[in-house]
Amino acid sequence: MSAVLTAQGLQKSFGAVRAAADISLTFDPDIVVSLIGANGAGKTTFLNMVTGYLRPDSGQILFGERDIVGLSPRQITKLGISRSFQIPQLFNSLSVRENLLLAESIAATDNPRAATDEALARFELAPYAAQKAGLLPEGIRKLLDVSMALSSRSKLLLLDEPTSGVSADEKFAIMDVVMSAARIAGVTVIFVEHDMDIVARFAGRVVAFYDGSVIADGSPDTVLRAENVRRYVIGEEIPHAAA
Amino acid sequence: MKAAIVAIASLVALTGLALLSPQWLVFMAMLALAKGVVVLGLLVLMRTGLVSFGQGLYFGIGAYAAALLSHHLHVADAAVMLLTGAAAAGLVAALLGLLLAGYRDIFFAMLSLAFSMILYGVLVKSAALGSTDGFNLHARTFFGVALAPGMERRVFLIAGAVCAVVVALLVHRLLGGHWGRLATGVRDNELRVAYLGASPYRVVYVNYLIAGALAGLGGALAALAVGHVDPEMTYWTTSGEFVFIAILGGIQSILAPFMAATIFEALRTIASQYAPNVWQMSLGLAMLAIIMFLPAGLWTLAERRRRSA
Repeated sequence: MSAVLTAQGLQKSFGAVRAAADISLTFDPDIVVSLIGANGAGKTTFLNMVTGYLRPDSGQILFGERDIVGLSPRQITKLGISRSFQIPQLFNSLSVRENLLLAESIAATDNPRAATDEALARFELAPYAAQKAGLLPEGIRKLLDVSMALSSRSKLLLLDEPTSGVSADEKFAIMDVVMSAARIAGVTVIFVEHDMDIVARFAGRVVAFYDGSVIADGSPDTVLRAENVRRYVIGEEIPHAAA
Repeated sequence: MKAAIVAIASLVALTGLALLSPQWLVFMAMLALAKGVVVLGLLVLMRTGLVSFGQGLYFGIGAYAAALLSHHLHVADAAVMLLTGAAAAGLVAALLGLLLAGYRDIFFAMLSLAFSMILYGVLVKSAALGSTDGFNLHARTFFGVALAPGMERRVFLIAGAVCAVVVALLVHRLLGGHWGRLATGVRDNELRVAYLGASPYRVVYVNYLIAGALAGLGGALAALAVGHVDPEMTYWTTSGEFVFIAILGGIQSILAPFMAATIFEALRTIASQYAPNVWQMSLGLAMLAIIMFLPAGLWTLAERRRRSA
């Protein structure tokens, strides 16, 4: 099984802040990976480097076999890496249907209208189809943002905090919809998440970031129990061994 | 289908106007059409969220290109003049657009203004082009058919009407489909457009090109109507007038620019007749009223009526 995405020795600094210090990760197809870590740990920087928004100071990013460092977000999107945003990036003056139709048309889907109807149904957005995106509640905005990212040409879907800003009782429902849509579309999902219940439920593998480095990588069970993850990521007070 | 009916009705009405009305009304209608075409281009550009305060550049290029054909090359065919005006302006827009498409907001507006003022400066200084006085042009044939004296302007109005209807239909088609949504997408959220795999730069560039070519066509039409060109056509107040008309009409419909241009020209004709010293103030008051009561332009009135019907 060849990797979908391979990052080798990624480094990125903003002045004195190290946002990525020698990150090497390999992502296999069809395994849902969650990236966790406190704010500023380097999760979003990693997504931004993969999607071409930031150029790493050094290191290599392979999408399949192809080196994508230096390509623009537009070129990388065309290759099949799509992303959603922590703050949904929508076309506020267009309706939900037009938002999706535009996404599918840009993706050069054979039949954008049919694909739009399908996405509306799959993401349970049909009741909102005629509403302007600017007037939607946050949970629906999140779903629309993901549904636009997941066009026919996506192979890898990166979700930046898909449940942030959404009420606790909506979170699981949103993730259920997103994950089943991704499964049907056959894309590999990597998502950044702060809610450990969501991580435990939906991720097949967890990568924990701290201070620009990966401090744990493995199954949710092992990573979420690891002491440094509990201390640095989850923020538990772990008593020091009694002197 | 509805668009086709409106197009045919407009053509019939304008042809009737051209053949039956007095010369001064024919003249006014031509100027209104010419400006309507320029503002239609501005509307295309405004769909991407950009306002150009320099459409006088292309208006002037279109007019001067048409006039130069007549004056220096002795081409006296109005159809050739119109096409040349649009083509010359489109060509310059294709070049300047490469630079301007990378700018947004006030930077875009000011840079476009700057280019128009450069042309103004050049025209004012060049004696060969008549300096501040400009020069006259004469179109004596249309598609090779000689025009009877006194009939020229009536024929030009019909030609202008055909041009306006054709470009309006094309723009209507363009903005009603994927391209219109894409332009709105660029206005709303460029980041998302790029992350869907499209280029905002390209969208802005193409729309700038369309706006430039349409302003050139409008300039050539205005030159035919007046029979004279001068640097005033590229001056910033001319560009401002186009923005004024665009705001007056609103950007929801392709009919709005023509409606607003007609109202503008009528208002100006009447005001300069009866209140020559305060006509600009009356325009100012009209603009104030529009912005306060109909911020989306006069077209809102038409929309409201349709909704209540």
